[in-house]
Amino acid sequence: MFEALTGRLQEAFRRLSGNARIDEGNVDGALKEVRQALLEADVHYRVVQDLLKRVRERALGADVPRGLAPDQLLAKLVQDELTAMMGGAGPRHLAWASLPPTVILLCGLQGTGKTTTAAKLARRLIGEGRRTALAAADLQRPAAVEQLSVLGKSVGATVYTAEPGEGAPALAARARREALRAGFDALIIDTAGRLAVDEALMAELKAVKAAAQPHEVLLVLDAMQGQDALPTATRFHEAVGVDGLVLTKLDGDARGGAALSALAVTGKPVKFLGVGEKTEALEPFHPDRLAGRILGMGDVVGLVERVQAKVDAEEAARLAKKAAKQGLDLQDLLDQLLQLRKMGSLKELAAMIPGMGGAMADNAMDEGRLKRNIAVLQSMTPKERRRPEIIHGERRKRIAKGSGTRVEDVNLVLRMHEQMRTMMKRMSRGGRRGGGMGLPGRMGGGFPGLPRF
Amino acid sequence: MGWKDLFSRGLARTREALGRVLSAASGPGRGPEAERSLEEAFLGADLGPELAARLASAYVRGGARGRAEAADALLDCLPPAGRGPSGFLAAAPLARPEVTLLLGVNGSGKTTTAGKLAAAWTSRGQRVLLGAGDTFRAAAADQLGLWAARAGAELLRQSEGADPAAVAFDAVRRGVAAGFDRVLLDTAGRLQTKVNLMEELKKVHRVVGKALPGAPHRVLLVLDGTAGQNMASQARLFAAAVPLDGLVVTKLDGTARAGAVLKVSGDTGVPVALVGLGEGAGDLADFDPPAFIEALLPAAEGAA
Repeated sequence: MFEALTGRLQEAFRRLSGNARIDEGNVDGALKEVRQALLEADVHYRVVQDLLKRVRERALGADVPRGLAPDQLLAKLVQDELTAMMGGAGPRHLAWASLPPTVILLCGLQGTGKTTTAAKLARRLIGEGRRTALAAADLQRPAAVEQLSVLGKSVGATVYTAEPGEGAPALAARARREALRAGFDALIIDTAGRLAVDEALMAELKAVKAAAQPHEVLLVLDAMQGQDALPTATRFHEAVGVDGLVLTKLDGDARGGAALSALAVTGKPVKFLGVGEKTEALEPFHPDRLAGRILGMGDVVGLVERVQAKVDAEEAARLAKKAAKQGLDLQDLLDQLLQLRKMGSLKELAAMIPGMGGAMADNAMDEGRLKRNIAVLQSMTPKERRRPEIIHGERRKRIAKGSGTRVEDVNLVLRMHEQMRTMMKRMSRGGRRGGGMGLPGRMGGGFPGLPRF
Repeated sequence: MGWKDLFSRGLARTREALGRVLSAASGPGRGPEAERSLEEAFLGADLGPELAARLASAYVRGGARGRAEAADALLDCLPPAGRGPSGFLAAAPLARPEVTLLLGVNGSGKTTTAGKLAAAWTSRGQRVLLGAGDTFRAAAADQLGLWAARAGAELLRQSEGADPAAVAFDAVRRGVAAGFDRVLLDTAGRLQTKVNLMEELKKVHRVVGKALPGAPHRVLLVLDGTAGQNMASQARLFAAAVPLDGLVVTKLDGTARAGAVLKVSGDTGVPVALVGLGEGAGDLADFDPPAFIEALLPAAEGAA
């Protein structure tokens, strides 16, 4: 749905002739494309306007370095500006209290993921060796207290809940006292989701803040939020003074422009990213990556890291050695395919590249095919996997039957293996690149010689 | 208070904001200045860059007719079947029981919508069974149970982590056996890009059809009214997984305008069925496109 900004800029500059440099005559046409891309990423229009003004000034003064097309330069200027904005907003770590417990207050609209974030943050802090407690001060949403109690228990945190008749501010004050007495390092307070225009609830939030005296107030922000992110963040900031942002649901395909809007009005940095439903899915924030994502350039670094984390480095090294010595057999192909599947859904990986979601991912990443290939390989005997050349007609029929596929599918796997072997030979002859790269399976879908999954 | 009053009250802030913009832009030097202010107002309503520019231009060029033309352009965004009031709440059950399935991303307001919808139906004297199909989120079934108690509906639940398809199957079977008028199935929130979770959803849909041929009779996608352009991806990918019958737009009681939903409805051909206008059980309303659009556009006197 979204085109990468770079593609759009190329188009904009192509329309203009003699574009050796950026000048008054062509910059506005190009910046229009930038504006469109940022608005589609849900960055607030006023923030977009300011940003374009700064980019325009820098672009007009800039000489296009040799080897860089003007559109590339402009794209870089935009990305630099975004990165600077997000990176320059102050420290991205939590402010620790000199006298524990450090109190962290979470606030935000309904459904942004405050309760889940509270549990994730607790898990993270406990993992860092800090004794952490939670306070369930969302007394509005039915069963929010139960939800936090269950999650708290699962991450090993103590959870303070309200006594009958106790309001959110009183609970917050008591939790703070008890956390101090029990010697906790951190206390995380979950609050009710509220609309910025709901004065009664905003007043309650102020009272909770006054009672808890937090060292950190974190505004939890949904990556899918639209233009309303700016007024929302403004009002929360005015009411309780935000110290940092948590951007949630980044595991989807939303581009997260809302973060830029909130950051622009609060002047406070994004401190954490929510990237999944499970309690370990909380990540530190990287300005350059989010900048790329907002511009539709994709979180390529994140993708590579994720792939690397799931791929067994030793296994890859073993395979590289074996490939050089004796060539790869079908068992290796099976191992590789299983590893590919371990990285998670291919479409999910593809979705980390905005613009790659939806139909494109469907075409490029055929999960059904991957599953069928694995079934075919698993229906072979170990001997067949080691010595593919023995797999003749009758064996092919048996394998097809055993894996619930057709003989054509078996043939396809064998052909794939053949291609892989040829490719490996070529690579090992090429020398360094094969070994150094850690060999096949390192990149999703980058399995040498595999035309298509 | 009528539904329409409630509806325009919920959107009153939008209209006021747009009205202010317009009167500021309607002084001397109107034209480019007014067009830009209008475009910004439409952008702020999450109508998206393309539509915002087109509408602003139509508004200003149209002169006295500008507002009406913009309203027409917005109405034209909607699928033909979705241009009149939805009449969803008062509609008689399509079957006995009628099975309704609620879907959406995390935090869009499915469980709350389930509670409100159950209340709307029980208040019309119908017997409603709620199926707690969100077996992933901690205490989601408890949350639905509290809504069920409030609404006077019955709840069917299993343990956390149970197969959501099994919960759906049991709920539909029980709805049939015990003669309920409606079975309303909640599901776990899922981001539309999670292939495995979308497969799970397809399974729930399939299994419901096995428990009662023809079911689910209505599949509603719940959209967070504060969402921006990502709404399009949500609608597209959910619609690709299971056939949708209606959209529900929640959280319209804040400052968000949910303009994106007009284009989303048009692009997918799925009409908007319901809007959530507040936190009370009664704050779920039929969608009324003319009223919604009326509330999105600046007041008439400004354009004249």
